[in-house]
Amino acid sequence: MLYREAGDFKTSYHADSQTFPIKFDRIGFWVVMAIAFAVIPFFINDYWANAIFVPFLIYSIAAIGLNILTGYCGQVSLGTGGFMAVGAYACYKLMTAFPDVSIVIHIILAGGITAAVGAAFGLPSLRIKGFYLAVATLAAQFFLVWLFNKVSWFYNYSASGQINAPERFVAGVAVTGPNTAPWAQYMICLVFLTICALIARNLTRGTIGRSWMAIRDMDIAAEIIGVNPLKAKLTAFAVSSFFVGISGALFFAVYLGAVEVGEAFGIQKSFLVLFMIIIGGLGSIFGCFAGAAFLVLLPVALKVIGVDVLGWPTDLVAHLNLVIVGALIMFFLIKEPHGLAQLWRLAKEKLRLWPFPY
Amino acid sequence: MKLKTLAAMAIASAVAAGPALADLVIPDLSYRTGPYAAGGTPFSDGYQDYFALLNARDGGIGGEAVRIVECETGYNTEKGVECYESTKGEGALIYQPLSTGITYQLIPKATADNIPLHTMGYGRTSAANGEVFNWVFNYPANYWDAASVAVNYLLDENGGDLNGKKIALVYHNSAYGKEPIRTLEALSEMHGFQLSQLAVDHPGQEQKSQWLQIRRERPDYVLMWGWGVMNQVAVQEAANIGFPMENFIGNWWAGAEHDVTPAGAAANGYKSLNMNRVIDYPVLAEIKTQVHDAGNAAGDGSNLGSVLYVRGMYAAMLAAEAIAKAQEIHGTADVTPAMVRDGMAALEITEARMEELGMAGIGPEFSVSCQNHGGSGQGLVQQWNASSGTWEPLTDFIAPDKSVITPLVAEDSAAFASENNIEPGCL
Repeated sequence: MLYREAGDFKTSYHADSQTFPIKFDRIGFWVVMAIAFAVIPFFINDYWANAIFVPFLIYSIAAIGLNILTGYCGQVSLGTGGFMAVGAYACYKLMTAFPDVSIVIHIILAGGITAAVGAAFGLPSLRIKGFYLAVATLAAQFFLVWLFNKVSWFYNYSASGQINAPERFVAGVAVTGPNTAPWAQYMICLVFLTICALIARNLTRGTIGRSWMAIRDMDIAAEIIGVNPLKAKLTAFAVSSFFVGISGALFFAVYLGAVEVGEAFGIQKSFLVLFMIIIGGLGSIFGCFAGAAFLVLLPVALKVIGVDVLGWPTDLVAHLNLVIVGALIMFFLIKEPHGLAQLWRLAKEKLRLWPFPY
Repeated sequence: MKLKTLAAMAIASAVAAGPALADLVIPDLSYRTGPYAAGGTPFSDGYQDYFALLNARDGGIGGEAVRIVECETGYNTEKGVECYESTKGEGALIYQPLSTGITYQLIPKATADNIPLHTMGYGRTSAANGEVFNWVFNYPANYWDAASVAVNYLLDENGGDLNGKKIALVYHNSAYGKEPIRTLEALSEMHGFQLSQLAVDHPGQEQKSQWLQIRRERPDYVLMWGWGVMNQVAVQEAANIGFPMENFIGNWWAGAEHDVTPAGAAANGYKSLNMNRVIDYPVLAEIKTQVHDAGNAAGDGSNLGSVLYVRGMYAAMLAAEAIAKAQEIHGTADVTPAMVRDGMAALEITEARMEELGMAGIGPEFSVSCQNHGGSGQGLVQQWNASSGTWEPLTDFIAPDKSVITPLVAEDSAAFASENNIEPGCL
């Protein structure tokens, strides 16, 4: 009744190809944006920022990055943690080498450096596919973590090998360092996420995104119809790594503030982001948000229910958390391989007919 | 989307339902899961049981009941941050994260929030400089002390001369394991021994190549900075290559029962440092009768009296003494985190006081000042006796070489101060 194409007339090509062709979607989008930008910052506190919103926003960026590579271009990657580490260490080196330059520029440059590294590690994808490529990216993961642990130049020769984010400001407001207000942490991540999501959404709708999807669906056919696999695969690696690098930089500078590479950007991080896009939905920008929200919120929600409400021992809840996340991943893989995004799509199909289904 | 609102509702209701009692709130960022649980569990049991004893026996500290808020970190920094944020709102008085990684996260946060952090024998060594790290305390000893104590012990064994000896350091490849390297390098230059470094990656189950290298290089001594499952594997590997156990010395996080028992009789003679003496203290019997027998044990009660249990209890004792000191200074039982910090900065642990508490000689005597948050830095060497299944103290508390450590602390803390625009000074 409310959610429908009927009556929403398009009079130009421009209007016809907009991101949200259905009016209800557009309204929904702007309502979400208004809440995110104009309501949440006024109510957010340290706990909500650090436990829920900031990790959610940062993991969403990482998931968008991996989804471009895996979901849209079909190249399986297990190197996300390593590429996030590149972003984090690039950001750290830039922050300490050029303290007068804005942190925003550093984060974007960190994304650019990660894009270059990602494209370099993407070169084998021209020769190898599937599991073999996954193993090659796994090698990238281990190599990068080893590199940042081994070469002390990357952590400015500190005794512990930790990197610490110094205090930096955007328009006079601290966004990194211990004195950051929760709303400032939240806002900088939100702005980056919004821009990244808009870029990603529009890239995937355009020529370049279509060439990625052609490669994903059948690379030989794509080559025959004139898609250059070199260009398509390397751009996918570069764009994907750019987003992953930005998320790594934010993860280090804004969220944690101090990072140890093996612990923060280990193989678990690669799997976590991969689970996000699998649960959220491969090849869907909405899926990135859904998957990130799911895997960030689930442990927190389980902990709150188990420990604070039911008063169970903390170790029992922590173990249950592993069991439940594992079971849910299996459940989704069997029952809904296209993830939460597919559930959302089905819900929208049903909404179109509501309340008179046939 | 629905799940998100559901979770949000659950969290909101939990926040609203939080108790508002005027207690002394002590968060326990424990880890009873994951590859480091073997060490985290007894420490947390000891930490909680001692406060439970104070509640049961003395009605808390200064008449104010202690409320423990436990939060599981899994030795993971992200969960550690979440735990910190979720517990600090309850009026947390002092944090004891038992993880160097989490400590590095919490140093700036706790400083900004004005909550004291006690990182006993771990964390950032240069936090011993109280003028830069006003809110961080690492008494009674830190990693650089440990490195120096180990070298002093070896000097003593070798008649004061380590010239030309080969010492290998097997370390956990993280902030924790890298901490002693700087001191050991300085000491190797000073005493003329040759230092080789062997990193073991998290979690440490794979050490074949490191121990093959040790077999090839035949170092005279092996020092180890290990934690969790890494210790057990290292002791087993050392036994496998036939490395003489009495020349293998772990630091104080690599010297508990669960580290050596898996290797069985082969682990006999393995040495480790300790910052607290482990004997049968009268206070343990009190915990047994008043806490465990009353059904209030923090864990399953099986860890009572083990090395890390005693250390957890020691940490709780130091926290309780600091709170009592704060109550005395400020003349109120209901202290704030800032008052507890004052209590910590004025803490004095004497032999008489330890005896009064039923744990005579558990640690060295030391006093804390505004400048020195590091305590005396003394440690002892203990040896594993596999047939009786006990750690036997070999030495009394050995003093570290402060002439090496003090300049290193000053240098590192000055670097931190300039990086973070801190004007060193007392609060």
